[in-house]
Amino acid sequence: MRPFLFSKSSAANQALAKKNSTTQYIAGGTNLVDLMKKHIAEPESLVDITSALPAKIEPTAKGIQIGAMVRNTPLANDPTILAKYPLVAKAVLAGASPQIRNMASTGGNLLQRTRCPYFYDVTTPCNKRKPGSGCSAIQGENRMSAIVGYSDQCIAVHPSDLCVALAALDASIKIQDKSGKMQSISFTDFHRLPGTTPERDNNLPANALIHSIEINENAFAKNYAYVKVRDRDSYAFALVSVAAAFNLNGDQIVEARLASGGVAHKPWRWLEAEQYLKGKTANAATFEAAANIAIKDLRPQTHNGFKIPMLKGAIETALQQCLNP
Amino acid sequence: MLGALAFIPRGVKAFYEEVKNFIVPQKEQLPLTVSINKKSYAIKADTRTTLLDLLREDLNLTGAKKGCDHGQCGACTVHIDGERVLSCLTLAAMVPGKEVTTIEGLANGDKLHPMQEAFIECDGFQCGYCTPGQIMSAVACVKEGHTKSVAEIKEFMSGNLCRCGAYNGIVESIQKVAAK
Ligand SMILES: Cc1cc2nc3c(=O)[nH]c(=O)nc-3n(C[C@H](O)[C@H](O)[C@H](O)COP(=O)(O)OP(=O)(O)OC[C@H]3O[C@@H](n4cnc5c(N)ncnc54)[C@H](O)[C@@H]3O)c2cc1C
Ligand code: SF4
Ligand code: FES
Ligand code: FES
Repeated sequence: MRPFLFSKSSAANQALAKKNSTTQYIAGGTNLVDLMKKHIAEPESLVDITSALPAKIEPTAKGIQIGAMVRNTPLANDPTILAKYPLVAKAVLAGASPQIRNMASTGGNLLQRTRCPYFYDVTTPCNKRKPGSGCSAIQGENRMSAIVGYSDQCIAVHPSDLCVALAALDASIKIQDKSGKMQSISFTDFHRLPGTTPERDNNLPANALIHSIEINENAFAKNYAYVKVRDRDSYAFALVSVAAAFNLNGDQIVEARLASGGVAHKPWRWLEAEQYLKGKTANAATFEAAANIAIKDLRPQTHNGFKIPMLKGAIETALQQCLNP
Repeated sequence: MLGALAFIPRGVKAFYEEVKNFIVPQKEQLPLTVSINKKSYAIKADTRTTLLDLLREDLNLTGAKKGCDHGQCGACTVHIDGERVLSCLTLAAMVPGKEVTTIEGLANGDKLHPMQEAFIECDGFQCGYCTPGQIMSAVACVKEGHTKSVAEIKEFMSGNLCRCGAYNGIVESIQKVAAK
């Protein structure tokens, strides 16, 4: 690690006053400490924000607010989350390990960086780590890489599970900036596609922090599923994952949500498949047709053509599981 | 023209990145008071020190092991305020005010913790390198109540890898303690 100065903030405005281009915040540290050990993140000063931001889950007029410092374990065990937004708990429990979930914060989970092996290997070119140096994954080991939404500069995927559920539920992110102003960004507009600026993962302004996440009341607490396919049963990042939810009128689907991890630079919504599911009978034929719509325009890399049939199966399985969560 | 403008911030940043390597960064020693196994230690540590290195290098508490140093194996598992965490990804500077328990703090004098007894009885280890982390994690797993089935135990112990493959003995040890 490169040496750095350390301080602690006890309020958001205090932490914001300290923010500049060489300062970074630390919450659970599960991503940042790792990146600092590898000299990928090299802040000159670190600000501990664990006591500066809300760590509570609270009801709001329209739904629920999750403080940025709520750790993953209490989030997954929260009675209101389990009763009204169980998809969130399912996705959290599919990620990392119990030890990491005890440490990891909600805000940090959104901002965790890709697990592309070349991003982690500082001896290789990587546009995300060193803009303009090239992308090693395109011609290299790319079985974990994206199959949709990528560019000729970066084919990395976003590694979060929680974010896939939050994207499916149309959550929004409350951001606080230096002037103290609060701003809300919809979840699907928060993370970015790589385009020509793969070094930027998201649209969080430089002098702002994540205050909390908001989810509106919805009708997806009864029929929901999170399916994660990975190299081993547990404690591994997704090859592909699917968050699915719908509400039913008899056996007719009223409204459906379908999102995936492991496929793109951001949590990916299958909007056309969602549209198709509206008003259809919830059965295997409908689910297969929806999966076929999702996979129709995907472009895999040299080593990950397998992700397409895998994704199709995962979508069908997830939709089926929604009937018996 | 616009293209050239877009290039400037990137160029400046790249230049700064290069120059940064030649500037000697500021080091900071922090005075820390940490409580480990109910004993208080006042110590000075570089800001970069992880809890794992503080335990092993500065306090001679070498029970917690460094398997990977990157959060991928669980060998460094300790409890902070009663909950299992990874000491290799915890900065020592963030520990003051909290209570840390390591494998050294589990036994009551010469009387082993029931989980330690169970690991011995059930052959819960071979080389023993992952064992302190496994035991700290297993104690938490029982306390959290994630012991209803073998599948649940495996899922909630998945953050602790064992290269010797002592997994069956580990699951058995946990079942034994959970049944008490
Ligand atoms: C071995 C391993 C396996 C994992 N497996 C999974 C998995 O399967 N699924 C999954 O989803 N995740 C997984 N993770 C990732 C883990 O969930 C993230 O590292 C974690 O959520 C990050 O949260 P944190 O609080 O520790 O963030 P930190 O490491 O503290 O911070 C991460 C970044 O966010 C910034 N930051 C944090 N909070 C704020 C805020 N409120 N406002 C502004 N900036 C902020 C920090 O400055 C830093 O840049 C895994 C991690 C490891 C080490
Ligand atoms: S895919 Fe992105 S993160 Fe991976 S090497 Fe290419 S530029 Fe870097
Ligand atoms: S040494 Fe901490 S998880 Fe491996
Ligand atoms: S006993 Fe050898 S690594 Fe687990």
